[in-house]
Amino acid sequence: MAEAPKIPDEAETRARWGSFAWTDENQVKANEILGRYPKGREQSASIPLLDLAQRQVGAETQTQGWLPVPVIEFVARQISVPYMRVYEVVTFYTMFNLAPVGRFHVQVCGTTPCMLRGSDDVLAACKNRGLVKGGTTPDGMFTLTEVECLGTCANAPMVQINDDNFEDLDYDKTTEILEALANGGHPTPGPQFGRRASCPEGGPTSLKAMVDANHDYRGEWA
Amino acid sequence: MPLVKVDGVEIEVPQGATVLQACELAGKEIPRFCYHERLSIAGNCRMCLVEVKPGPPKPQASCALPAADKQEIFTNSPMVKNAREGIMEFLLINHPLDCPICDQGGECDLQDQSVAYGRGHSRYDENKRAVTEKYMGPIVKTVMTRCIQCTRCIRFAEEVSGVEEIGAIFRGEDMQITSYLENAVKSELSGNVVDLCPVGALTSKPYAFEARPWELRKTLTIDVMDAVGTNIRLDSRGRQVLRCVPRINEDVNEEWATDKTRHAIDGLVRRRLDKPYVRVNGKLVPATWDEAFAAIKAVNAGSSVAAVAGDLVDCETMYAAKALLAKMGSSLLEGRQTGMDYDATSIAAVNFNTTIAGTERADAILLVGTNLRWEAPLVNTRVRKAIKKGAKVFAIGPETDLTYKVEWLGDDLALLGALPEAVTEAFGKAERPMVIVGGGALKGGHAAALKLVDTLGLVKDGWNGFNVVHMAASRMGGLMLGYAQKGGIADVMGAKLGFFLGADEVDYSKFAGFKVFVGHHGDKGAAAADVILPGVTYAEKSGTWVNLEGRVQRGERAVFAPGDARDDWSIFRALSDTLGHTLPFDSFEGLREEMYADVPALRHQALATFEWNPPSLTGAGEGVLAGYPIKDFYLTNAICRASPTMQRCSAELLHGEDYAEAAE
Ligand code: SF4
Ligand code: FES
Ligand code: FES
Repeated sequence: MAEAPKIPDEAETRARWGSFAWTDENQVKANEILGRYPKGREQSASIPLLDLAQRQVGAETQTQGWLPVPVIEFVARQISVPYMRVYEVVTFYTMFNLAPVGRFHVQVCGTTPCMLRGSDDVLAACKNRGLVKGGTTPDGMFTLTEVECLGTCANAPMVQINDDNFEDLDYDKTTEILEALANGGHPTPGPQFGRRASCPEGGPTSLKAMVDANHDYRGEWA
Repeated sequence: MPLVKVDGVEIEVPQGATVLQACELAGKEIPRFCYHERLSIAGNCRMCLVEVKPGPPKPQASCALPAADKQEIFTNSPMVKNAREGIMEFLLINHPLDCPICDQGGECDLQDQSVAYGRGHSRYDENKRAVTEKYMGPIVKTVMTRCIQCTRCIRFAEEVSGVEEIGAIFRGEDMQITSYLENAVKSELSGNVVDLCPVGALTSKPYAFEARPWELRKTLTIDVMDAVGTNIRLDSRGRQVLRCVPRINEDVNEEWATDKTRHAIDGLVRRRLDKPYVRVNGKLVPATWDEAFAAIKAVNAGSSVAAVAGDLVDCETMYAAKALLAKMGSSLLEGRQTGMDYDATSIAAVNFNTTIAGTERADAILLVGTNLRWEAPLVNTRVRKAIKKGAKVFAIGPETDLTYKVEWLGDDLALLGALPEAVTEAFGKAERPMVIVGGGALKGGHAAALKLVDTLGLVKDGWNGFNVVHMAASRMGGLMLGYAQKGGIADVMGAKLGFFLGADEVDYSKFAGFKVFVGHHGDKGAAAADVILPGVTYAEKSGTWVNLEGRVQRGERAVFAPGDARDDWSIFRALSDTLGHTLPFDSFEGLREEMYADVPALRHQALATFEWNPPSLTGAGEGVLAGYPIKDFYLTNAICRASPTMQRCSAELLHGEDYAEAAE
């Protein structure tokens, strides 16, 4: 695996995270999550609990969070599932981080639609801002990952930064967003050229009569 | 019962059968990698594709498709041929071409099936994927680039062994099979994944680069590492046993063998006694057979002679010793080396009556003082199967990990007389209740456990739920041959002359007489002996063993013994001449005939029937179980104590020593 995460030293993580436990607030959330599944089906809570745990680690480390081995084991014990089963889940989903990440986890989509629409430029912008694929910037601000399709192809190219998607990017817009984030700003997520969701660029291209009011096209079908 | 047509031939198949099974019933071979009849269905290798009508116009995975009435199945149409070739080509895309240095070579499913169903070449000329090796422990060697992700090993770990430490991490092309954090897999059944792995990804570490399958002589015999009587095949080259693999026997071991069964064999060539020894001035010195025999004769023991059978000996050896003792006028026979003295007047009361296979059908099980996982691992897997079918399991004894959920009741044997309501309720509802008494509980709990037969209704028409687990391969045969005194081994300790047949667990300090050790390994017994007569191991003799359920089984000799060692029975035959009590048989067959005359049940290789007439014992359960008899699974007898592999398993898996780095 070219980009296999460098899993941190086990002894060190155990020393640091061995005593992981829910915060009071997350305990409430965890109970709520567990309550969603019938008895004997606690395993279904693996993913939401792992996500919660990753967020708690993130809060504790001022980053996007990751899942140290003892935390994974903590979650497994919560739902009485063998460690291996939960570990498999963590490695399967790219949303779970096996190694520490920075404050902002920049996930650039490089799959075909985004690639055709210029994800190379997006990556170049990241690179020129000092981000390295699979690594975290020395100031602990950004971690860059190239990922596969994030399901926003209509607005390609795009990146996911933490919980937000930034769409319709090009080199400059990407730089702008990264700059803003680094300076503590809050760039607006979503499409970057003012359209709503994935409406066509430059206004409607079809069903134009529908824009302002409902229009009955049926008579016009010939 | 669905009626299907396989390649034009109509055949009726059982309800619930899959298309693959239907094809097999019709005598068609369906290639497969992930499907295994003892594991759940995964359907991920796609090698078993067939054409099925009615159905979508594409090939279908037969292993995961239920056979339905009026189905038409084609296993040799052009579509199927094409599909198989395609799948083979895909599977080989990332599979290395390293058969010449792969231990699976010659018995590899991938090799065989690509010859039979693949194309002669590949159209793929990109780089192949490579995967790093994973550490799995002292038994399993991995070459993960060869893995085809069939997930058999994962399913085995989860479903059969119950030690869920093998899994698949990452996904898609990056998917890798590994043990959790690459720690050693802590299962006594881990060696089975080597047999299950259809390719050379998981191979046997101790056997690495030892031999090719076609140069091995294969001998069918019986394992003696525990009392289950696993059916095995010993693969040997020249005078050395190189490998031990299980044979299929649905009644006994199904298709599995424990790591001890498989890998204790490297102990067969170490610490061997290969010539007679006589103790002179407190030191054992090599001697000739004549000198050794003369030393025994010189004891002049008269009829004060005893024989103690070790855990590994066969019935023939025990019978030969018994016959010699009878000639000398003694019947001081004992096999329970560690001092057990349970009542053995009725063998049924100390037998595994439900039978090993029957265990699967039980619906309520009470374990009394037994760590089944170590005492009889392949009975333990049956208990797991019973649980899967809904059985409830309770246990009395110190808590330990049995690989399944158990309701622990406590470790006081008095509980046998006052079972909690949960137990009586579960047993009240049970149709096939089962109690399994371990060696640890026989001392204080035999009587109380036998009383449960009535209170819990264990014995009924067609079902006997009273079971005792023995741990020694020789035990049941010994009991049948009369190797049990009322007071246990204490009764024979006063003899002037003692024959110890591979008995390494006896407390020799209690035996004041002249000690003759007839055995194969220089272990505790040999160290204490006055005369050592070198015998042979289970691999070097044909013999009869009776397993814990009373199944009479015979094994064949695989290799010849080293040096001057002789078949145990012939040692007694020769010695009987010297002592002037010539035994009446001159051949092994002659001995067997005499033995059958003595104990007719040994004649037939079948389950011996013991009449159910338990002795009326008095006494309530008493005593607190402090632990289980087996302290170290990997070092239970002289052969495994001599085995480097078993020593390493013990050190690494039970005592946590770190071998991971040194190994790679
Ligand atoms: S290691 Fe062997 S058994 Fe396990 S998934 Fe790979 S090919 Fe199958
Ligand atoms: S291809 Fe980039 S979001 Fe789908
Ligand atoms: S055997 Fe059917 S898919 Fe593998």
